Amino acid sequence: MEKVAIIGVGQTKYERDKKETFAELVFEATSKALEDAGISKDDVDNIVSVSSDFWDGRTISSMAISDASNAYGKDITTVEGDGTFGVLYGMMRILSGSFGVTIVCAHHKGTESNMRGITNCAFDPLVERKLGIDAISSAALQARRYMNRYGVHEEQLALVSVKNHKNAMRNPLALLPMDISVEDVMNSRKIADPLKLLDCSPVTDGACTLVLAAEREAKRLSTSKKRVWLKGTGHCSDAFRLGDRDLSDTRALKDAAKRAYTMAGISDPRKEIAVAEVYDAFSHMELMWLEGLGFCEDGAAGEQMERGVFNSDGKLPVNPSGGRLSSHPVQVAGLAAMAECALQLRGEAEDRQLEDPQTALVHGINGMCGQSHCVWILGK
Amino acid sequence: MGKRVGIIGVGQTHHAAKRLDASGVELISEAVTRALDDAQLTIKDIDAVVIGNMDHFENINYVDMWAIDGLGAFMKPVFKVTTGGTTGTTVGACGYYHAASGLFDVVLAVGWEKNSESDTQAAIATCANPTLERDPFAGAIGPLATEYSMYMKAYGATEEDSAIVAARDRNNALNNPYAHSRQAVTVEDVLNSPMLSYPVKFLDMCPRSDGSCAVIFASEEKARKLCPRPAWVHASVVRHDYTHFGDLEWTFMPTLERASAAAYKVAGITDPLNEFDVAELYIPCATCGVKWMDSLWFCDHGGAPDLIRKGTFHMDGQLPINPSGGVISTNPIGATGLIRIGEGAWQIMGKAGDRQVPGVEKALCTGFGGCSWSDVMILGADLP
Repeated sequence: MEKVAIIGVGQTKYERDKKETFAELVFEATSKALEDAGISKDDVDNIVSVSSDFWDGRTISSMAISDASNAYGKDITTVEGDGTFGVLYGMMRILSGSFGVTIVCAHHKGTESNMRGITNCAFDPLVERKLGIDAISSAALQARRYMNRYGVHEEQLALVSVKNHKNAMRNPLALLPMDISVEDVMNSRKIADPLKLLDCSPVTDGACTLVLAAEREAKRLSTSKKRVWLKGTGHCSDAFRLGDRDLSDTRALKDAAKRAYTMAGISDPRKEIAVAEVYDAFSHMELMWLEGLGFCEDGAAGEQMERGVFNSDGKLPVNPSGGRLSSHPVQVAGLAAMAECALQLRGEAEDRQLEDPQTALVHGINGMCGQSHCVWILGK
Repeated sequence: MGKRVGIIGVGQTHHAAKRLDASGVELISEAVTRALDDAQLTIKDIDAVVIGNMDHFENINYVDMWAIDGLGAFMKPVFKVTTGGTTGTTVGACGYYHAASGLFDVVLAVGWEKNSESDTQAAIATCANPTLERDPFAGAIGPLATEYSMYMKAYGATEEDSAIVAARDRNNALNNPYAHSRQAVTVEDVLNSPMLSYPVKFLDMCPRSDGSCAVIFASEEKARKLCPRPAWVHASVVRHDYTHFGDLEWTFMPTLERASAAAYKVAGITDPLNEFDVAELYIPCATCGVKWMDSLWFCDHGGAPDLIRKGTFHMDGQLPINPSGGVISTNPIGATGLIRIGEGAWQIMGKAGDRQVPGVEKALCTGFGGCSWSDVMILGADLP
């Protein structure tokens, strides 16, 4: 199978209340990604945009970013979901042999959206929506179930928030760089028991673009930038209704991770992965996903967090960018996580650069409480 | 290079204005079950699933997640693609790329819409720029009326020309048990139907339907093993235009010209009018069934009315278009483009029942949407 590389990354700063339209954010990120790749827009032959009519408040929302994403006269399509799924479709299109250089772009203006209303619409319209359930209240149910099942404490959840906000202090693009303590998290306003304000990711605006290229194109296009290779991928979905799942179970993630590890030839992720960006929309999720990805036994991530295993100077640095807890532009988030790992592998992560990582893992989710997962292995 | 891919199964619901007997998930399940039956497979044979529709019609966020039970995608790889009117062909192309990439062997592609639960025109209106263009181009009818007015002025096409297309497609639908609107109409009936927006009349325009379509794509090795006569994908091409309606060209269809020219090149088609045996085209309004024929390279600009008047595209003509009755007979929007691909595949597989065109070797399928976007998929009985 032909190899596919990330040859360029571009991101806006992640902020609240950005003045630009979402098309302008896409233009900024895409221009930066093309510049980073050292190629012109004419070298690109197709575009995968990642957008949602719900968050954009506009039907056929990809139409609004056609010009901004360089799609005029080109082959463009749209994935609705996390950016990691956009990269997946971009890679498929390249592997089909039909395309050489692909733009994958995602945008989000959370501060123009109604998060609770929009995520409420992800639930069954007849039975569940009327309960008023949304992304936060369902995540709270999941956190409680996870804590009860494995005896995890709220303080262990809080450690995730402390670590990620601290990591964000070294990321100039992050929305919420903060030096906080477990106590600060514990004392922050209760949002939905057991989740407190600092256990939850912030509403964020921003855009991210990656440029992907087939091996043949990556070699042809002259640039000094290092290539980062897409070595393995896997995605899988659990059942829809919360009542049909044990919310503390990570079977879909385990399946997705197994596919990605098999494809990348990884037999022991604990030894072979040097850095991971996992989808910490809420603090408890980082713990659950680390277990699902096989970095520790089920229920053991909290204890490992206490021992500092996942800190930037730990055995497996997790979310060096600051993660979703520090900036959470929905849909953009997984793409931004890929951008972070690409920069880490290129040795260009500036103040937060880890020591010569060789292999990185990126994880994205779709749906409520992480119903569907997409796992990526990136390598030098 | 990627793998060659064939379509090995197609299923669709019996489409209707209101399918009160079924929820959206049940419509999806109906199409998926029929596609699996058509391919003589079970859900266990499916390696990956892709789905699409338009968010604002049914107001379901994360449709790929919500539809898991209907799709049979529990503990399987699944994601969603969506591009407005072209969603159905986008889903088809995505199914094709899944299998062509070599990552998955047997892929289920599903489009659906339950328009009876929606305010379709209000939802479509929000695609236009909110400050500049939402008033003049609200909904689907305005832009289509504008483009045919300009085409009539430029080339002397008439309202009767589009009425011929409307009568043709609507009468073809009488042979299609799945079609939503099945009525025998004459050219006069069309001309006498209520004016919606000059020159578009009620019987020129597509309905909004409840329905779903599922198409199963398989890599070459699997397709040969599982299907006696797969419909092979020869080309899949998409072309987009500018973001604003005001920037568009109106007397021809640039995206369809570019997409079809690129697809013909990939598929080695030099004389489309003679080389295709059947076409299932996304003609949302009979007026497009006149104007857009120019842009498929069937004739020079302005040549379409003459071909229409000669009956070139009737069932007994040189190139039968829309034996299924097309979009103006059936329009569950997120499925509409995929139905074109499914019907084209059935024509090649010889499974099109009373609407079968004899001896189909090559079929042309298209999708339309967004700001005058065009999708083209070419299917063939022979390996590409």
